[in-house]
Amino acid sequence: MSWHNIGTIDNLVANSGVCALVNNQQVAIFYIPQNPTAVFAISNYDPIGKANVLSRGIIGSIDNKLVVASPLYKQHFCLETGECLEAEAIHLPVFNAKIEDGSVFISSEPKVTTTVA
Amino acid sequence: MQTSQKILIIGNGMVGHHFVEQMRQSDANADITVLCGEANLAYDRVYLSSVFDGKTAADLALTTHDNYKTLNINVHTSQWVEGIDRTAKVVTTLTGEQYPYDKLILATGSFPFVPPIKGNDQPHCLVYRTLEDLEQIKASAAVSKSGVVIGGGLLGLEAANAIKQLGLDTHVVEFAPQLMAVQLDGQGGTLLKNKIEKLGVTVHTSKATSEIVKGETSRFRLNFSDETFLETDLILFSAGIRPYDQLGKIADLELGERGGIIINNQCQTSDPDILAIGECALWDKKLFGLVAPGYNMARVAASQLSGGELEFLGADMSTKLKLLGVEVGSIGDAHAKTPDCKELIYQDAIRGCYKKIILSEKGDKLLGAVLVGDTSDYDTLLQYMLNDMDLPENPECLILPDSGGAPSLSGSALPDTATICSCHNVSKGDIVGAIDGGSCDLASVKSCTKAASGCGGCAALLKSVVDNELASRGVEVNNHVCEHFAYSRQELLHMVKVESIKSFDDLLTKHGSGHGCEICKPAIGSILASTWNDFILEPAHVGLQDTNDTYLANMQKDGSYSVVPRIAGGEITPDKLIVIGQVAKDFNLYCKVTGGQRIDLFGARLEELPVIWERLIEAGFETGHAYGKSLRTVKSCVGSTWCRYGVQDSVGHAIEIENRYKGLRAPHKFKMAVSGCTRECAEAQSKDIGIIATENGWNLYVCGNGGMRPRHADLFATDLDTPTLIKYIDRVIMFYIKTADKLQRTSVWMENLEGGLDYLKSVVIDDSLGICDELEAQMELITQTYACEWKKAIESPDAAKRFRQFVNSPETDDNILFVQERNQIRPATEAEKREQRNTQNRIPVMEVEEEQADVLA
Repeated sequence: MSWHNIGTIDNLVANSGVCALVNNQQVAIFYIPQNPTAVFAISNYDPIGKANVLSRGIIGSIDNKLVVASPLYKQHFCLETGECLEAEAIHLPVFNAKIEDGSVFISSEPKVTTTVA
Repeated sequence: MQTSQKILIIGNGMVGHHFVEQMRQSDANADITVLCGEANLAYDRVYLSSVFDGKTAADLALTTHDNYKTLNINVHTSQWVEGIDRTAKVVTTLTGEQYPYDKLILATGSFPFVPPIKGNDQPHCLVYRTLEDLEQIKASAAVSKSGVVIGGGLLGLEAANAIKQLGLDTHVVEFAPQLMAVQLDGQGGTLLKNKIEKLGVTVHTSKATSEIVKGETSRFRLNFSDETFLETDLILFSAGIRPYDQLGKIADLELGERGGIIINNQCQTSDPDILAIGECALWDKKLFGLVAPGYNMARVAASQLSGGELEFLGADMSTKLKLLGVEVGSIGDAHAKTPDCKELIYQDAIRGCYKKIILSEKGDKLLGAVLVGDTSDYDTLLQYMLNDMDLPENPECLILPDSGGAPSLSGSALPDTATICSCHNVSKGDIVGAIDGGSCDLASVKSCTKAASGCGGCAALLKSVVDNELASRGVEVNNHVCEHFAYSRQELLHMVKVESIKSFDDLLTKHGSGHGCEICKPAIGSILASTWNDFILEPAHVGLQDTNDTYLANMQKDGSYSVVPRIAGGEITPDKLIVIGQVAKDFNLYCKVTGGQRIDLFGARLEELPVIWERLIEAGFETGHAYGKSLRTVKSCVGSTWCRYGVQDSVGHAIEIENRYKGLRAPHKFKMAVSGCTRECAEAQSKDIGIIATENGWNLYVCGNGGMRPRHADLFATDLDTPTLIKYIDRVIMFYIKTADKLQRTSVWMENLEGGLDYLKSVVIDDSLGICDELEAQMELITQTYACEWKKAIESPDAAKRFRQFVNSPETDDNILFVQERNQIRPATEAEKREQRNTQNRIPVMEVEEEQADVLA
């Protein structure tokens, strides 16, 4: 697995999301400073709304799962597994993410390859 | 075996004592031991304030050591329990004594809640609960001239009586807009306030104490959140009680989320050998702060321990009492929450009494009553309710001196055929069906019927239908914001104000759980914005906003945004029109005239927003707040300036009003309109605030709505001059902001407002709650601190950074693609996108993009 440096931590917005282009894929990156994992990365594409918007959703928790709510139709996507809480069949690609020496790294390929319509 | 059982009781309040008596009565041989924390044995707390009438502690005592000796009860006073060993069945006290038990009874009662106000821990800041507290109050009163009770509930007024009897200049400060909000309705609360004030106690409602500091003329100064203050020598907190459930914690018993030791119908805790009774016990998620249910639990517990089968099945919380000499009664559903119930009101301004009875839908059963000033009908009414008796044909005779007068009816619910969710075509009948089929909360009704899972526009209506249905089936309905906060929007607003909370994280840590969600975050963001008027994009608030608020624009289906500059009153100069046209051309935006008399520009990419706004602001435009839960537009007709029929300058007024309220954050968006004559070309009666010109001034209409569930606005006041008009609008809107639920439009707010239009009139016109000064002052503060959010955003050095599509690349979103239709752009369909990608056709918009990329760079 290779890592993609998307710049310094200043690019992230605490408790919110930004979008990066990694290997020609739009990746939504969420930064939760209080969480031990701190950064979460999933595909930016909302397969239900069919638009690249997930980085602009509100993050939160539903039944102890960290989620982002799509800003279009409010379906929840788990930041750790990519599953859609409202539509079991949908799993978003999830990317590995880490912060090292003040820079943010995203894996160049998703963790699990899933078929997303 | 049964006869020699060791029964240990912790707590010797009224309920603990009642248990001892009941237990001894049903089991003459039981080995009964009582541990009592206070120095005094059980006394009558209900009449605590009579000590200041000259009664002594001995007069209040319910028992004596001699009495307990006769009953063969072992009793130890001033004994505080430190540990409970459930395995060994032994209780250890602070002084190290050990008491074994077979059955343990927790009757530890409650303690007064002291709100977390800065400075609340000084000498002469006291509570009112025990005989010891009274001694302290007496000592403090001896060196004080004035006293304030914080809390205008039942106990607070009792406490006020106490310090009034000690000769102090007495004040009551209540956070809610009325006294005794739990037991009384708004009108009853208002009458009670008037009567109490006549007796020399000053009442301050809708006041949130923010801190207690050193006073200038008295010992303390209470600073209120509305910038006013009150000076006093003595402060008595009586802001409710909390269950004393510490021992439940120590013994690792199951506790309620918000305190209280959970018990079953047998009064058993999660350990069957430990029972809890009285105010420390939580039954069916309810605490009972009255003595009667506590006694009932004591009887149940005694019955259980002596082989009986009594069960505790809840309690009627009706009350009748005399507060500061004023008779007050509250029976059953005093707030008329039962769906389809009817109210009958008798009000006598001369004798100063108010009586309301709440009747079942058919008018044949009594559901509740509110009585202030005269409780002589209380017992009869209570019997009707408790026994579910049929009412006489003219139920008004129960409260009227002589019968007559028609009952006033409350609005009836929607018919089953009414469509609730038009996205998924779900009718009210479908929702009722889902609930009948086992759905018992909003989430499961949603997933079962799909209602509100489309555009979401019906969410508030759906919630109200579901709540009503559940309530009518006896399910306890909560108005909690979401799973993260067990509070309503209004409660959260109170906390934010009272505790001066300025951030979501702070509120979540203190009163919430989890990480929040897309429901509570924007709701709290709106509360913080309308309370502190902070710029909504301060770093601490960014994550709370919907994308529309974050990027100050409205997201469209393809992830692009629309841009709406403010065109106040719909009036625009040719030059400004040209600027809008030129900007739209330069950025290839789709143009549409909106219903609110302005122009919407569609198809802007995220990174284009700051550049577009720079151009618009330069030309003198400001944000139209089309993205916010705030004022949209003030629509107007052309008015007397041009129109042959117009009688007032509707455009001029619309502009003035739009500029006054622009940017104000509210529970939901709101719209206004001004018509220049009775022909009503501006359609003002379909707006939240509608203004129609008359020969003599303005008629004001409130709480109308167009859209999904149209509602004609109610005529609020007639022939107003302009300053009075503005004053009333200030008050109505601010009262709405302070009391509405999240995402509740003014129309729904009005329908759910206790007392409806008349009540709103009394609050706004007659200042019945005494809060109008505060409402106006808050509005003034907010109008004075207005700033255009887009101007702020583009002036900020990292505006360009914030609006980039990618943090690590200048490229744009290749999924936003347009095609031409009727000489303008529209989003490409999925099929058209595939085709465009295949043929690699670069459409005109991409050229503009590259130019703009240069500007951004």
